[in-house]
This record gives sequence, C-alpha cells and structure tokens, in this order.
Amino acid sequence: MKQELITCISCPIGCDVEFEVVAGEINNIEGNRCPKGKDYVITEYFNPTRILPTTVRVKRGVLPLVPVKTEEPIPKKLLEKAMKELAKVELEAPVKLGDVVIKNILDTDVNVVATRDLAKR
Amino acid sequence: MNKQSYDLVVIGGGPAGLAAAQEAYDQGVKDILIIERDFELGGILQQCIHNGFGLHHFGEELTGPEYAQRFMESVADRGIEIKLNTMVLEVTPEKMVYAINSTEGMLEIDAQAVILAMGCRERTREAIGIPGSRPAGVFSAGTAQRYINMEGYLPGKKAVIVGSGDIGLIMARRMHLEGASVEAVLEIMPFSGGLTRNIIQCLDDFDIPLRLSQTVTKIHGKERVEGVTVSKVDDNLRPIPGTEYFVECDTLLLSVGLIPENELSMEAGVELDSATGGPIVNEGRETSIEGIYACGNVLHVHDLVDYVTEESKLAGKTAAYFLQDKIDKRKERVEVIAGNDVSYVVPQQITDKVADRKRVDLYLRGRRPLENVRIIIKDGEQELFNKKERVIKPAEMITVPLSEKMIDDLNSEQIEIKIVKEGA
Ligand SMILES: Cc1cc2nc3c(=O)[nH]c(=O)nc-3n(C[C@H](O)[C@H](O)[C@H](O)COP(=O)(O)OP(=O)(O)OC[C@H]3O[C@@H](n4cnc5c(N)ncnc54)[C@H](O)[C@@H]3O)c2cc1C
Repeated sequence: MKQELITCISCPIGCDVEFEVVAGEINNIEGNRCPKGKDYVITEYFNPTRILPTTVRVKRGVLPLVPVKTEEPIPKKLLEKAMKELAKVELEAPVKLGDVVIKNILDTDVNVVATRDLAKR
Repeated sequence: MNKQSYDLVVIGGGPAGLAAAQEAYDQGVKDILIIERDFELGGILQQCIHNGFGLHHFGEELTGPEYAQRFMESVADRGIEIKLNTMVLEVTPEKMVYAINSTEGMLEIDAQAVILAMGCRERTREAIGIPGSRPAGVFSAGTAQRYINMEGYLPGKKAVIVGSGDIGLIMARRMHLEGASVEAVLEIMPFSGGLTRNIIQCLDDFDIPLRLSQTVTKIHGKERVEGVTVSKVDDNLRPIPGTEYFVECDTLLLSVGLIPENELSMEAGVELDSATGGPIVNEGRETSIEGIYACGNVLHVHDLVDYVTEESKLAGKTAAYFLQDKIDKRKERVEVIAGNDVSYVVPQQITDKVADRKRVDLYLRGRRPLENVRIIIKDGEQELFNKKERVIKPAEMITVPLSEKMIDDLNSEQIEIKIVKEGA
C-alpha cells in the first residue's frame, strides 16, 4: 500500500488529492472538492495528458505566426515530438480560427487547430 | 483639430474594454467608440497562446486568442465603432479625450462617459534594481512572450527566469518547448506567486527547477548576457553573503510584477489606491470622477481574465445606467476597508442604489499564503459574513458576495474585511 498525492489542476483551486495504490488500482481518494478531482487523479496517475498550445509559421499573414493547440489533451510524453511535427508546418494566410493544421497528430486521434483568425498582409 | 463626440468612449481594446463596450451596448447605449493603440483588438490575450482561459465565464477551456476573438466578434456583430492604431494621449476631468492616429491626426473627442481599460505593464529591471552590466539578453517576460508567440523569434538558448508568477512559469514552458534550456526559475519569496496548475504543468512536467528565496544579484556579460550570480535571501528578502553561485545563461527573463497603467487616469485627476495601483472605485467601477469608470488590469491586476470580463461588464452597465440617469446615490457612502492579512479589496466604496441589483461582489487578495482561515466582514461590531477557507494564496483572487439585503441594512459608514486564522 502506498500513499500518493497529486494536486488536481482541473480548476484554479488546486485540491491536494491523496490516494492509495493497491495492486495497480487507485483507492481511497480523498481531498478533492468535486468529482473532477477523482477523474483527474486517475488519468494523471496512469496516463498524464496535456493540451499543447504553440505556434506555426504563416506565409503572407499580418503576423509571421499563428497560435495553435491540440483540440484534446495528448499524452504528456508526446509533447516534444509533437513540437517537432509542428515545426515542419507552414500555412498560408488567411487562417481561420478552428482550421485544422495537422490531422491526427502522431496517431493520437487528436487534431491540431488554429486558435485565431489571421488576415492576409 | 478633428472634433468628434460620443456618448461613451472606451480606452483600450483588450478583454476589459471589449466586455465593457459590449455590455454598455446591450444596456441600450449605441453611440460607443473603442480606442486601441495596437493594430488589432484583443490586448495582451493575443500573446497568451496557452490554454486556461474561460473556464469560469464560458465553461470551457480556451486559449487567450480564442477568448479574445469571441469578444472581438461580439463587438463587431453589434457594429460598435473602433479606432485602431490610435493612441489616447490625455483625458480631462470634463471627459474630453485627446487621441492621435496617422489617418485622422489629432482627435478631440467629447465623451459623456469614459471607461478606462488600458491594462497594465510589466515592472522592469530598473524597478527591482539588479546591479551589473547592461548587456543584451535581459527581457521582461511579457516582451519575450510577444517575441516568441507573435513575432516569431526566440530571445535566447539558455535562460534564467526571475519571478515565479504565472507569466514567468508559462514562459519557462514556452522557452523549453521551443528548444531553449531553462536553467532555473528563481523566486525571491518563500512561495511561488503562480497558480498551482502552472507550477505543475510548466515546471514539474519538464523538470525545470523552482528555487524559492533566491534572486539574481548580478548580471554578467558585456555585449550579451553570459551568466548571472544568484544568491539566497533572508527573511527580509536581503541577499545572504556567502550563498552566491554562478549560473551560465544568455538570457534573463524578468517576471517581477505588473503595474496598472494609470498615467492617463492620474492626469485626469482620478484618485488612485496605493494598494492596487489603480483607481479607487465604487461597486459599479466608477472612479472618483463621475462618469469615468475603470475595469480590468488598469484597476487591479487580475489573475484570471474571466474576472476581468465580469468586472468590465459591470463597468459597462454602470456607465450605461449613468448615461440613462438610472443611478441613485445612497445617503451615506460606505468605505470598504482591507483589514488583517488582506492586501487589497475592490471596490473600495459602496455608494449607489441600483434597482435590479442582487448583490455586490468584493474582490480581495490575501497578503500571504495561509491555511484554515476565516474570511470575516464586520459592519461595526456586527458580523456580516464569516466563511471558512481551506487555502488562501496571494496569487488567487477571492470573491465575497454581499447580498443586496446586507447592503441595505448596513449600519456604519465603514465595513472591514479581514482574514483570520481559525481559532485565533
Ligand atoms: C505579459 C502578460 C501575460 C499575461 N498572462 C495571463 C495569463 O496567462 N492568463 C490570464 O488569465 N491573464 C494573464 N494576464 C493578465 C491579462 O492581461 C488579463 O487577464 C487581461 O488581459 C486584462 O485585460 P485588460 O483588457 O484589462 O488589459 P489588456 O489586455 O492589457 O488590454 C489593454 C489594452 O489597452 C490598450 N491601451 C493601453 N493604453 C492605451 C492608450 N493610451 N491608448 C489606446 N489604447 C491603449 C493596449 O494596447 C491593450 O490592447 C497577463 C498579463 C500580461 C501583462
């Protein structure tokens, strides 16, 4: 039996959630103020994921870059690999918020989308 | 001079100005002008490309640009007039607004009401007085954020970050993901000023060390930063001799606080609160000058843009009610005092009677991190409010609602809000 602690970051409160891991299963979850805390701890313990916000290059835009994000969280261990994939991309202005920049990045079933409109220069 | 007039002029097209303009419009004011000095609307959110915005207001997690674009679209849908690339130079107590742009030249705008929404700026190296040479490679974290996220270049390859507020933490992750090595984030206080979520997702995720009670005491390098001397500090935040060590780096990012941008407010004669650095306001966000309102980071530095939106809608609504002559003043104004362990409270005064209002929210910040405390509001000897809080952090704003009934029943001309340790 092991006493574990993960700080839930589903919201800014940041509950310190304590739990035990017995035979690869999470038990006795305590300290979370809402049900999200439980889900968070389970995911964070077994398969931590993150949304990746970054930028990609754009040709002929009012700015040289457009911000993008993964539509859903992707495994934490893939963040740096995903950055390398995104470094290869160059879009052409105009870009619309929600435009898919990379489909199914690194076989995660998650798309990378633009997070703002970017007009042509 | 080019003369114009509007019912309402909003200065600043960040989230605060946009929400205020939108709400004033929805309350029936149609003759509105938003003035923004940048080439586009959205304010600082355009460079905050990370997610974490909007959970509170939209119930979903957005990035800064997405949050901004929603308000840009809603302002455009309403056909609210906007002047971009236009800098406001002066506001007078009579609500004349002087501004300049390259197409119209000098503008003299006669406004019936003005909303100040100029945001904040970052403290610089000068403000914290780090000695040493003045090589290239020292940036404020926000400037670096704009370079990396909007202009497309990385300020350096090996960075040290001073200040563990949210901007410093976010920049540590951003620099790391863009291929720079972040040697350390230094924090002079014994605790981080950032949200827990950012400490985990920006530092722990990438094994970037957070060093508490440490700061840079010297910058090395002639042309370019070559390294910094770091020292531990004592309880009075003074460097402890003998604890110095050298860290090699080519970039130093300073994330050492934000200051509300109030040059215009001061010139207009608006009274400021030394605790917030922003105007003293009533519960409708009216400043000491009738018809001039303030909201967003110009009023006090917010950690979450969602609260900026909430507050700015309030300012927009009050401005509309003022223009429509719908506000009654209370007989006596009530001062709201920041008491024990409260660093500030906004609004600082309660002065109005508003027919359809249900409550007034007090925004406050704790002075230091505390556990198991009670937030207490006292009206003279009478206790108005008493609530337990498990954790209080200066980085996270606290909202305390006062019901309309409580406000109606106030006895004294002063209420005090304080934080006390449970059992004390
Ligand atoms: C570097 C930085 C990073 C931040 N990161 C985060 C974050 O990650 N998460 C978060 O929730 N909050 C963050 N904040 C706080 C964030 O700024 C606020 O939540 C929000 O953007 C404040 O909105 P605002 O409209 O008050 O200010 P701003 O967004 O700063 O908008 C003010 C606008 O007024 C304009 N303006 C100023 N003076 C004049 C003038 N004289 N004439 C015309 N226009 C003028 C400016 O150009 C600007 O567009 C950050 C702040 C800074 C400074």
